[in-house]
Amino acid sequence: MKKILIGLLGVAAVGWTAAAASAATLDDVKAKGFLQCGVNAAGLAGFSAPNDKGEWTGLDVDYCRAVAAAIFGDGSKVKFTPLNAKDRFTALQSGEVDILSRNTTWTISRDTALGLNFAGVTYYDGQGFMVNAKKLPGVNSALQLSGAAICVQSGTTTELNLADYFKANKMEYSPVVFETQQEADAAYDSGRCDAYTTDQSGLYSIRLKLTTPDDHMVLPEIISKEPLGPSVRQGDDKWFDIAKWTYYALLNAEELGITQANVEDMKNSENPEIKRVLGSEADAKIGTDLGLTNDWVVNIVKAVGNYGEIFERNVGSGSPLKIARGINALWTKGGLQYGQPIR
Amino acid sequence: MALQHVERAQEPAKASLLYDPKVRSLFFQVVLILALIFGVWWIVDNTIENLRRSNISTGFAFLRGRAGFDISDSLIQYSSDSTYGRAILVGLLNTVLVAITGIVTATILGFIIGICRLSRNWLLRKIAMVYVEIFRNIPPLLVIFFWYLGVLSVLPAPRDSFVLPFGSYLNSRGFYFPRFVWAEGAWLIIAGLIVGIALAWFVARRARARQMATGEQFPVFWTGLALIVGFPVLGFVLAGFPLTIDFPKAGTFNLTGGFNVKPEFLSLYMALSFYSAAFIAEIVRAGIQGVSKGQSEASAALGLRSGMGLRLVIIPQALRIIIPPLTSQYLNITKNSSLAVAIGYPDLYAIGGTILNQTGQAIEIVVIFMVIYLGISLATSLFMNWFNTKMALKER
Repeated sequence: MKKILIGLLGVAAVGWTAAAASAATLDDVKAKGFLQCGVNAAGLAGFSAPNDKGEWTGLDVDYCRAVAAAIFGDGSKVKFTPLNAKDRFTALQSGEVDILSRNTTWTISRDTALGLNFAGVTYYDGQGFMVNAKKLPGVNSALQLSGAAICVQSGTTTELNLADYFKANKMEYSPVVFETQQEADAAYDSGRCDAYTTDQSGLYSIRLKLTTPDDHMVLPEIISKEPLGPSVRQGDDKWFDIAKWTYYALLNAEELGITQANVEDMKNSENPEIKRVLGSEADAKIGTDLGLTNDWVVNIVKAVGNYGEIFERNVGSGSPLKIARGINALWTKGGLQYGQPIR
Repeated sequence: MALQHVERAQEPAKASLLYDPKVRSLFFQVVLILALIFGVWWIVDNTIENLRRSNISTGFAFLRGRAGFDISDSLIQYSSDSTYGRAILVGLLNTVLVAITGIVTATILGFIIGICRLSRNWLLRKIAMVYVEIFRNIPPLLVIFFWYLGVLSVLPAPRDSFVLPFGSYLNSRGFYFPRFVWAEGAWLIIAGLIVGIALAWFVARRARARQMATGEQFPVFWTGLALIVGFPVLGFVLAGFPLTIDFPKAGTFNLTGGFNVKPEFLSLYMALSFYSAAFIAEIVRAGIQGVSKGQSEASAALGLRSGMGLRLVIIPQALRIIIPPLTSQYLNITKNSSLAVAIGYPDLYAIGGTILNQTGQAIEIVVIFMVIYLGISLATSLFMNWFNTKMALKER
């Protein structure tokens, strides 16, 4: 009897210590050998969507590959978890994914009450509306939408901005709220709603998937600020640093003209700044201070290119979306993208 | 005497407590309870610790915060300025609404189909059989999608609505019909209805007592109907016709005015009713077949026509078999209503999910879900158990 009791207590004690184990995400990721990244389940073309070979592609996806490359020197050591808007934060909080890169808007409540840390803004966006111009000729402004039925995805900032916008402009509307983007897309396509609202980049991406894309028009109004970016859990500063500086490294690489094609040659550059960023100066320790290797930026750029290359390939001129750089251009070119100095 | 007996039985056990069955069973029960308490404590403590470490705020205080999102279907006053708590209440009422309407329709439909399955008419019997076999064998979610995407969304756009009688319209935005707008004095109609029902109940009681005593029958149904319809009409006339009718009219995008039943509600309601009716039909069929053949023969021998025999002899006995499994069907309808989330009907689960995402209070929301669904289910069971006792065989 006593032995059983002692055994029970022993199990309890072991259980207790296991629960109190600390969360060092970098060590966990290195131990399992790959990065687990949360992306958009619905397949948002240009941001995260599987291509015809079944590989995930897009701006959000490439960011995850960049983090994987920084850690492992190999951009393919990443597994993707498709998430709905509704499940995404729980998945990150519970440790199901190591990093969330799923066109998620950076807001104060998400940063505080939800216990997230945003690593940066990989895409500056704003919320817009799309209508079927063929069925509703004459509608060319969001201010004409009073009385409309509007399709929206639940649990998004979009849903809240929509309510605020119509209230502020004293207009009526009837929200038709879906849990997943596929359901919202299908409902809009079938004519259940007069208008569809989400981030403008999302509207262009969704329009490509509709039965007759040319009939649909994105209205000019942008009703909100939607800074989209990757996020990590709070309480692990080292991991947060890696998430943050991977993003800055992508920007710095673009500023310095380091591309996927010329990164090997750039290593021999005489420019001290380039040498520092690529870790090829004498006693480099920037990478090791981060908990990575000194050639981490080389690995990132080799895997996915610099920020500009990622942008053009996925959403810019090299993609069907053909979105202009606009405010997502580098600060040197009149945009908002600004890489903090790597030194 | 008994005490002595026990003491004597325990005598030899004193040698070793280990082999005393009573001590052993007590010991294991205590161990089990302690393990259970420890397990629960460990989970709760672990959760609190992990939440604290990842800086996620906890507690139910968020329910008093401003919701900030709109809900299309609401039985009570709600706007984006209302609280999260009120949003949950809106969801709960929507769930209850679709559950109750679904239960009523499924029961009526199920009884009709169940009786049809036993009909002597070959065609009727086969149609009922095909219905049951089809709906019983496809998942409810598919039935919901069938109604939503297959039936309601292929209806014409608001501009080319189907025009139905009495100023109603049917289009891809739902079913629109005129709404009665009651003016002052409308309470007289409600009062009339209450008086009518009370009088009808009283008449039915008296008629029954008289039939028991003298055997004379009284046309209870028609009198009751006259009373229940007559008094509200009287109230309506006395109050000076306090009614205007709000007809739906074409607006910029949709029809405005009137009363609008949205396609999300319609498809969920239809799907739950049609799906569960198949199960209820089988329960009804089994219940009727469970009443021995002698009963229907005996009622025929008494001179009751087959309809009356069914109503007075067979159904009351069949109900005893039918009610217990019916309860689980009702619980299934309530729980299946959470599939609403797939088509965007704002039920408890859908709204709770939105709140979960806006506030990040996953554990609290899931606790609320559990408490509410458990509450609804227990209330349904309680009512059905009461009904079952009432219907049970009365032994005199």
